[in-house]
Amino acid sequence: MNLMKISGSPHVHSDESTRRIMWRVNLALVPALLCAIAYFGLNALLVAVVSVASCVLFQWLIEKYILKVPTTVGDGSAVVTGLLLAFNVPATVSMLWIVVIGALVAIGIGKMAFGGLGKNPFNPALVGRVFLLISFPVQMTTWPVAEGLFPMQFDVASGATPLAAFKEGQLAGVSYWDALLGHIGGSMGEVSALAILIGAAYLLWKKIISWHIPVAFIGTALAMSAVLWWIDPQQYMDPMMTILTGGIMLGACFMATDMVTSPMAKSGQLIFGCGCGLLTIVIRNWGAYPEGVSFAILIMNSVTPLLNRWCKPRRFAS
Amino acid sequence: MKTFKMGGVHPEENKISNEAPIEVMPVGSQVAVLMNQHLGAPATPVVQKGERVKVGQLIGEAQAFMCANVHSPVSGTVLKVDTCKDAFGQPKPAVYIAVEGDEWMEEIDRTAEVKRECALTAAEIVAKLKEKGVVGLGGATFPTHIKYSIPEGKKADYLVVNAAECEPYLTSDLRVMLEHAEEICVGISILRTALGGVKAYVGIESNKPQAISVMTQMAATFEGIEVVPLRVKYPQGAEKQLIQAVTGRRVPSGKLPIDAGCVVSNVGTCFAVYEAVQKNKPLIENILTVTGKELPSQHNYLVRIGTTYNEIIRHSIGELPETTGKVISGGTMMGKAVVNLDAPTVKGNASVLVIGEREARRQPETACIRCGKCMDACPMGLEPYLFSALVKGGRFEEARVHNILDCIECGCCFFSCPACKPLTDEIRLGKNKVRALMAAKK
Repeated sequence: MNLMKISGSPHVHSDESTRRIMWRVNLALVPALLCAIAYFGLNALLVAVVSVASCVLFQWLIEKYILKVPTTVGDGSAVVTGLLLAFNVPATVSMLWIVVIGALVAIGIGKMAFGGLGKNPFNPALVGRVFLLISFPVQMTTWPVAEGLFPMQFDVASGATPLAAFKEGQLAGVSYWDALLGHIGGSMGEVSALAILIGAAYLLWKKIISWHIPVAFIGTALAMSAVLWWIDPQQYMDPMMTILTGGIMLGACFMATDMVTSPMAKSGQLIFGCGCGLLTIVIRNWGAYPEGVSFAILIMNSVTPLLNRWCKPRRFAS
Repeated sequence: MKTFKMGGVHPEENKISNEAPIEVMPVGSQVAVLMNQHLGAPATPVVQKGERVKVGQLIGEAQAFMCANVHSPVSGTVLKVDTCKDAFGQPKPAVYIAVEGDEWMEEIDRTAEVKRECALTAAEIVAKLKEKGVVGLGGATFPTHIKYSIPEGKKADYLVVNAAECEPYLTSDLRVMLEHAEEICVGISILRTALGGVKAYVGIESNKPQAISVMTQMAATFEGIEVVPLRVKYPQGAEKQLIQAVTGRRVPSGKLPIDAGCVVSNVGTCFAVYEAVQKNKPLIENILTVTGKELPSQHNYLVRIGTTYNEIIRHSIGELPETTGKVISGGTMMGKAVVNLDAPTVKGNASVLVIGEREARRQPETACIRCGKCMDACPMGLEPYLFSALVKGGRFEEARVHNILDCIECGCCFFSCPACKPLTDEIRLGKNKVRALMAAKK
C-alpha cells in the first residue's frame, strides 16, 4: 500500500496573504505621500522616512530581544503604521526626533504590548499621534503652509489649519479646490482629500476595505455638520469644508478602516463609522481641540469588541 | 443571471478536461466491491466464496433502513468476502471477485436506443431505484429511494437538478450532459413522476454554455423541465445554495430541502435513474474525470465500480508525475485527499484529481488580522474566525450557540483567509465535538 500525503479540504487557497494586504495599503498611501512631498518639500519625505524606519526598527528590536520570536517586519504592517504616523504630524524638521518617540509609543505600546499584529485594540498610529499631541502640543500644531506647487524651501512661519483658524474665528480665503487638492495647512498626509480618495479607491477595488466605514463616517460628519450649519452658518463651518479639511478623509479611509481595530460584520462597521463621524463633529465643535478625528476613532476602537459581539452577520435563511 | 445571495468565492475553474469525451475503461483482472458505498449502514453480502456472478447481479443487500443495494460490476467468481481498505485507509467489508469474461444479467438492456416512455407509478419507481441500488452522485451518496419517499405531511413543489458542477476541475457532469442529454431528461421526467409531477429546474453554471444550449434544446421536447443558467460562483452546487439560486426559496437551519418543498438530485443521478428504471441497469459504473495541470493528458471515463485508483492512473496516464502533491477524489474545494491508491473506487466517485506539490502546499499560518474575509465568504452567514477561537479554547457549547452545525464545510473561509488559518479543519473538528456532546446529553 503506497500512502499519499493528505489534508482536509479545501486543497487550494486564494493566495491572499496578510503581507500582500499590508503592502497594498502602503501602495495606496503613496499618492498622499507624493502630495505631501509636492506641497511641503523634502521635509515631508524626511519625516516619513524617519517615521517608517523607526517603526520597523522598534518592531524588529522588540520581537528579537523582548518577545524573542521570529520577526514579522516583512509583512509591511509596521511600514503602514510608520506612514500613517508621519501623515498625522506636521511636516517640519523639528518633528524628526519627536516622530521617533511617536513610533516607539505606536509600535511598543500601541501594538507589541498587546501581542503584535492582530491583537491590538487601538490603531497603533493613532496611539502614537495622540501621545505626541498631548506631550508636544506646540510642535504638533505648528503647521507649515503649502505655497505653490513645488516649494522646495519652506516657510514654517504661518500657522493654522483651516480648522484651527475657524476655531479662532478667522477662516477666510480657503476654497473647496484648495482643500481638495491640499493647498491648505495641516498634517502632512491629510491636506489633499483627492490624493487620499485615489488611495481609497484602490483599496476598494482590491477589496481590502469596504465602503461601509468611510461612507458612514463621512456621511455622518456631513449630515451632522449640515444641520449645525443650517442652524447657524456664522458659528459652524460649512459641511463640505468640514469633511474636506482636517483628518476626516485620512481617518475615514485609512485609519478607521484598519482591519484589526474595526468591527468585522458590515452592520457593525456602519455603526462604527457613524460613531466616528458623530464624535468627530462633537469634539471639533464643543471640545478643547480643533480636530477630533484621532480621538473619535480611538474611542470607537474601544467599542469594537462590543460591536463584534452584537453585530452578527445575517444567517442563511433567518 | 441567478445565483445564491450570500458569500461564496470564485476559485480558478481549471476545467481543463472539458473537451475529453467519455471513454470506456477496461475492467481489470480482479475487483473488490465495498459493501458501504453509500451514506448509512453497509449492505449485507449475499454471495459466498466460489459463487459465480454476472454483471449487475445483487451481491450486497440493503437490510437496514439507511442503506442501498450493491451489485456486481463484473462477471466472474467470488474469491472471498473479507475487508478491504478504502481510499482513506479504513477497512470496510468487501466482496472480492476474480473477473472472467463480461457476462451481463439478461434483464439489462445494453442497447443504445433511448427509451422515453415510462408507465411506472411513483411507488414503483421508488421500488425500482431501491432494487437497483441508486444513490446520489453529487458527493453525499444518499440512497435515492429514501430521498424520493416523501414523508407524510410534506410535499414537494420542485425538483431541482444540480448540474452546477461548481467544483474546480470536475467535468464529468458536463460530459454526461453533452453526451446523454436525452437520457438525463428521461431520468428527470421519471423523478418528476416520483414526486407527483412537479416542475423540474436544471441549474447549470454559465461557464458551461454548450451544456446549457444542449440541455435547453432537449428539455424543450419534454414536459415540465426548465434549464436555469447560473452565475459562476462556488458553492453553487451546495443543496441550500442551489435551491435559493434556482427557486428563491430558503431552507432554514437544521431543516431539509423537502421542508422548503424541494428535492435536489445531481444530474449524474438523473442519468443513473434513467439506466436503472428504463434499462434495468443497476448502479455499477461511475463517470469519472482524470485531471490535473501536471498530467500529460486529460480524460473522462466510464469506469466500473471497484476499479482501483492505481488501475485508473495506470490506464490513463501511466504513472503519477514526480511532482504530485495529492490525489483527490472530488474537486479541490470539498474533495477528499486519497491515502490509499490501491483502494477500489465506489459509487459517486467523480474524479481522480492530481494536484502538484506547489498547488497542494499550504502557506504557514500567521496571526488573524480580523479582516472579516471569512465572514464575507461564508455562504451560510457564519463567523468562521469565532469558531476557530472557540474550538481551540474547547468552548464547544458556545460554538453550538453560534450555529457551528449550520456549516456546510464548503471551505470558502479557509480559501479566502489571508492568514491561511486552517478554519475549515478547525470547524470540522468543532462540529464533530459538538455532535458528540449533543449525543452524550440525550
